[in-house]
Amino acid sequence: MRVGEIFTAGILALLSIYLMWKSTELPIGYISGTGPGGGAWPFWLAAIMLGSCCWTAVNWWRGQTPASQSNEPVLDSYGWRTLFFVGGGIIGFVTLISIISMYGAIAVFLFYYLWFLGRHSLWFSVTMSLVAPIALFFFFEGAMRITMPSGMSFTDPVFNFLYDIIY
Amino acid sequence: MEVLSLLGDGMLLSLQPLNLTMILIGVTVGLFIGAMPGLGSVNGVAILLPITFLVPPGSAIIFLAAIYYGAMYGGAVSSITLGIPGASTAVATTFDGRPLARQGRASLALVTAALASFVGGTVANVLFTLFAPLLASVALSFGPPEVFALMLLAFATFVGLGGDDIPKTIFSICFGLVLGAVGFDQISGAPRLVLFEYNGFLQGIGFLVLAIGVYGIGEMLWTIEQTRGDVSATTPKMTVKGMASDTKEAAKKGWKGTAIGSFLGFFVGVLPAAGATPGSLMSYGVAKMVSRNPDEFGKGSVDGVAAPEAANNSASTGSMLPMLTLGIPGSPTTAILLGGMVIWGLVPGPRLFVDEQEFVWGLIGSFYISNVAALLINLAFIPVFIWMLRMPFTILAPVIFVLSITGGYAATRDMFDIWLMVGFGIGAFFLRKFDYPLAPAVLAIVLGPIAEPTLRQSLLLSSGDPAIFFTRPVAGPITVIALILIFLPLFKALRRMRAKAKEPAS
Repeated sequence: MRVGEIFTAGILALLSIYLMWKSTELPIGYISGTGPGGGAWPFWLAAIMLGSCCWTAVNWWRGQTPASQSNEPVLDSYGWRTLFFVGGGIIGFVTLISIISMYGAIAVFLFYYLWFLGRHSLWFSVTMSLVAPIALFFFFEGAMRITMPSGMSFTDPVFNFLYDIIY
Repeated sequence: MEVLSLLGDGMLLSLQPLNLTMILIGVTVGLFIGAMPGLGSVNGVAILLPITFLVPPGSAIIFLAAIYYGAMYGGAVSSITLGIPGASTAVATTFDGRPLARQGRASLALVTAALASFVGGTVANVLFTLFAPLLASVALSFGPPEVFALMLLAFATFVGLGGDDIPKTIFSICFGLVLGAVGFDQISGAPRLVLFEYNGFLQGIGFLVLAIGVYGIGEMLWTIEQTRGDVSATTPKMTVKGMASDTKEAAKKGWKGTAIGSFLGFFVGVLPAAGATPGSLMSYGVAKMVSRNPDEFGKGSVDGVAAPEAANNSASTGSMLPMLTLGIPGSPTTAILLGGMVIWGLVPGPRLFVDEQEFVWGLIGSFYISNVAALLINLAFIPVFIWMLRMPFTILAPVIFVLSITGGYAATRDMFDIWLMVGFGIGAFFLRKFDYPLAPAVLAIVLGPIAEPTLRQSLLLSSGDPAIFFTRPVAGPITVIALILIFLPLFKALRRMRAKAKEPAS
């Protein structure tokens, strides 16, 4: 945790410098007749962010934060597994939206999570994975009139069938 | 007396069968829309606006106001049960609502939220009825320096909310404010902070993208990792007797927060452009400051749920005031309501109270009726919300992820925002590990776009002289209080550091 904290502060300091640099694309000073330039607000805020990172680094050096006093790893093997399987599952879910539609991706993600990670029964996992996207389809597309991504063209027959029901 | 007579007539009007039906449907629909992460009163009102053309204008606005009320009650539901604030007005509710739910006391949190919302709404209705014209003139006296001073006060309360690590809190506030500045410069219209030259950033970063990323994904990953997937603390039970004792406890422990939220929320809600978000946040901060047990805040304080919930309901009524009396909307939802009124041929402004008395008092009467209906409907549905929490975590977690992604997409309709949400979620997971408070960032992204233009307009008014924030009669005291609140924790931290440095020497 000790190394992780200073590493994070360093990354955030770099982000702050990048934001300061990016803000200078617009004027950051006071322009007579028009007031502060468009870059002034983000520039000075990013400067304060940088100052905060330096302050965090000083606190770390003095050992004043809980993380700076801890020699535990940021993530143990369980933590990395969680991040890989759950975080990876979410990334997979979002990737699939553009391919098999929002509802198709929901079905796959729910099945993956319930059956593979949750260790629920196959019957329950399949039922949930089918019922939830259909219910969400009628809620969003039917009741709320919000169109979700329909994926690639091979999903069209399914959507045409469902749209025939609600329109 | 005349006011009471007009109010009585208005209540009778709103109790007519058609209007009462509209209230009941509106409140129920609003409750469920508000409870859905990503959807809030603004979605409900906007989507159902066309339906209102089927009924007379009076009934239509009553229906939309009832949706607004219901959604304000519903916002607390997702904050407490799922830990995801569906709207910025409900962010402060997560601070203590979620810890209470984790302790198996979701019922207490939901009952407290319902009661506080009811009291907040009622206090606001009474203030609205009695002081509408007077408060409208106060609201008019708020120029850019006053609004910026108010925003500064809201940011000052963040410093108190962030815990002991002040530099990390300051980082979080500024990060949220910078994210709010991404897109276009509001004054010159020039593209600004188009990060890594990616055009997706041109449309800015919305509150929901950050909020759902932080709470719906980051917080969930953190919970799964911390609890090793065994979230057994959440086993709430729901009985009639239990609900009665929760009601007693909510009234006993949450009265102070409710009182603060009811009055402060209304006052902030009345101010054009401020709205319920700063109102709920300030109420939370003030409730913490005046509490005898400030350490309980953030760990499951009843006052911590009551204050923001009373405030956001009170503010939502308050924001109707400038809309009706001045024609200035105080929030996005009231802007849509205003549009509806114009379509129906009504002209909001000072003459509305004279020319359309029946309409105005019918609407005000419906606020009272909607408030009672919302309380009863909300209490009736609490067992359903509790049942959701009793689901095994391996079912609840994927459901939350799915609702986060679908709710996020429904709000922005952009896949880029969904990727950003996932990025924020994973980033939030790591920042949480190093004790970076993220709530200030989530709130700052909402308040930043209000604070920046008012700061720039104020400095333009004063030719760059910041004294404008100190010399004006309303802005001055607010700015001074805000600065005291900002620097007080800094002084305390410095004193602690000096005391620690002296310890080895002594």
